Amino acid sequence: MTQPPAVEARGAMKVYGAGPAAITALDCVSVEIAKGEFFTLLGPSGCGKTTLLRLIAGFETPSDGAILLDGVDVSAEPPNKRPVNTVFQSYALFPHLSVAENIAFGLEMLNRPKAEVKATVAEMLELVRMTPMAGRRVAQLSGGQQQRVALARALAPRPKVLLLDEPLSALDLKLRKEMQSELKRLQRETGITFVFVTHDQEEALTMSDRIAVMEGGRVHQVGAPRDIYNHPVNRFVADFIGETNFIGGHVAGGALRLADGAEIALPGRSVGTLGEGEAAVLAIRPEQLRVGPAGGEGLAATVVETVYFGTDTHLHLKLEDGEVVVARLQSPPSGDVGLAAGAGVTVRFEPEAAQLLGG
Amino acid sequence: MKSQAERAARSEEVKRNWLLSLPALALLLIGAAGPLLIVAVYSFLEPGDYSGVSWKFTFDAWIGVFFQQDIFDETWGLADAHLTIFWRSVKLSSLTTILTFVFGFPTAWFIATRPPHQRAFWLFLVTIPFWTNLLIRTFAIMEVIRNQGILNSALIWIGAIETPIQILYTNTAVLIGMVYVYLPLMVLPLYAAIDRFDFRLVEAGYDLYASRWRVMRRVILPIVKPGVIAGSILVFVPSLGAYVTPRVLGGGKNMMIGNFIELQFGQGRNWPLGASLSMLLLLIVLCALLFYVRVSTRKSDHG
Repeated sequence: MTQPPAVEARGAMKVYGAGPAAITALDCVSVEIAKGEFFTLLGPSGCGKTTLLRLIAGFETPSDGAILLDGVDVSAEPPNKRPVNTVFQSYALFPHLSVAENIAFGLEMLNRPKAEVKATVAEMLELVRMTPMAGRRVAQLSGGQQQRVALARALAPRPKVLLLDEPLSALDLKLRKEMQSELKRLQRETGITFVFVTHDQEEALTMSDRIAVMEGGRVHQVGAPRDIYNHPVNRFVADFIGETNFIGGHVAGGALRLADGAEIALPGRSVGTLGEGEAAVLAIRPEQLRVGPAGGEGLAATVVETVYFGTDTHLHLKLEDGEVVVARLQSPPSGDVGLAAGAGVTVRFEPEAAQLLGG
Repeated sequence: MKSQAERAARSEEVKRNWLLSLPALALLLIGAAGPLLIVAVYSFLEPGDYSGVSWKFTFDAWIGVFFQQDIFDETWGLADAHLTIFWRSVKLSSLTTILTFVFGFPTAWFIATRPPHQRAFWLFLVTIPFWTNLLIRTFAIMEVIRNQGILNSALIWIGAIETPIQILYTNTAVLIGMVYVYLPLMVLPLYAAIDRFDFRLVEAGYDLYASRWRVMRRVILPIVKPGVIAGSILVFVPSLGAYVTPRVLGGGKNMMIGNFIELQFGQGRNWPLGASLSMLLLLIVLCALLFYVRVSTRKSDHG
């Protein structure tokens, strides 16, 4: 018998307002999140990721569909009846309570015995390395420290699922990196299912077991970071995750024919549902492009610009049909790739590194 | 290190600030401290023959506040009438404070949760009663609650009662009047506190398994407490010394301290007793304030 997923959204809809002015924040979303998984909802602002999180927490009720926890429909349960805790974007720590009292709050509301509350609070303080700050007021803490307290407060009641609403967005870059590995450590140590909301694709790639890429209230793709990066299902996902070159053309007998008539052969690659003559784009990551001398194998191109990034150098190349693509090369020891603007080159790539998507 | 010139400029500035606040300070001194001193001195003098005081030092007035001599057997006993009046004043003022909070909190919450551009309108509605003279408003209340008034007529008309309920000239009438008069003084500071309240904390409370009632008790009330205290002081202090409302709605029988003090300076022709009663009122208010301050600081010390 298979275990039910820790969290399941089944055709979840959220519509605000009514009539022609109604806004659909979430459009029939179905996802399953396994126990102990670090699951990320990724997308630009307004994509519905926070709405989905609020539906799971119980702050909103779905207009249609259902939210299930461990296979049980909780759509009608209020937040205080769900074994789910949230780390808020603003932290929402109680300003009238000390650090330890903030962490104890959930346990006290569950009427746990005093001794147990005390022990759990001490354990949580230890877990987030805030023991020396136990008696401090929340206002006396730095952003990173408040973040840790918010985490400890949400973890203390041992929820089945921890929801994190862009918890790192208010921190500076260095602290953010630190908290990323801290979060991974906490998730490993507690084994609790994490549902993490972010608009930062790099954060999502580095931290998640699986990612759901969302836009306009819909889920475009769910998969492991590697799958999503290497095999985006559509142009939006390819564009949102990492940098991508898009080469536009038409399907012509197992190849992509560009506007100027040049053909890119795609041996062994299925063109999927795309029919003959249909518009399509080839998505290819900058690091997958190989640049060779003019006259060699591949597409002819002209160097427009070279941009030095330290370890990498980006070459902006104009193809014969006028499209500009970016190739990322590792900088040679001299630091100069030896290609000035106007130089003629050829561009190649392994067919399996490219992804053919509907135009 | 500060230079000589900087220091001179600084002391010049301090001097100028003092000069600017001098008129206000002088007014406070003459208008508040002066009369207070006069009242304090009067309370230790003997009453004059017709009114005013005669300049002989005595504790009689202060003794008279608490004790009275029986006219016939000349034994001393507690001044029951005075204590009854004090007790009624404290009781009615406390009830007024509690009731204005009960009615004022939902009102303030409602206003603070309106969209920002609508709040000014609701606050404006709350302040409308201030436009009319207190006496006129009190007579309006009288019109509502008197035996042939709107309330009793309506109740008789719908058949809820057969004979009018006697509300006017009772403690209830005084209470109704004071709650009505002082309600805005509770609503405004409560609104100011709730307006600053971060409503996301309510979600955090629900998320951490608190019921609605416990979110109110453990999150909202502790955080808006400064507003509750400010509102309570603003209502309790003036209602303890209320004069017009008990005079009009309480009739002659249900005096409060304010009316009793007025009686001593008027018909009673006992200025020293009136003065000592005033000083006692001041002491009660000060004790109440100290109590509030202690409660508020102690709680926020350990959270």
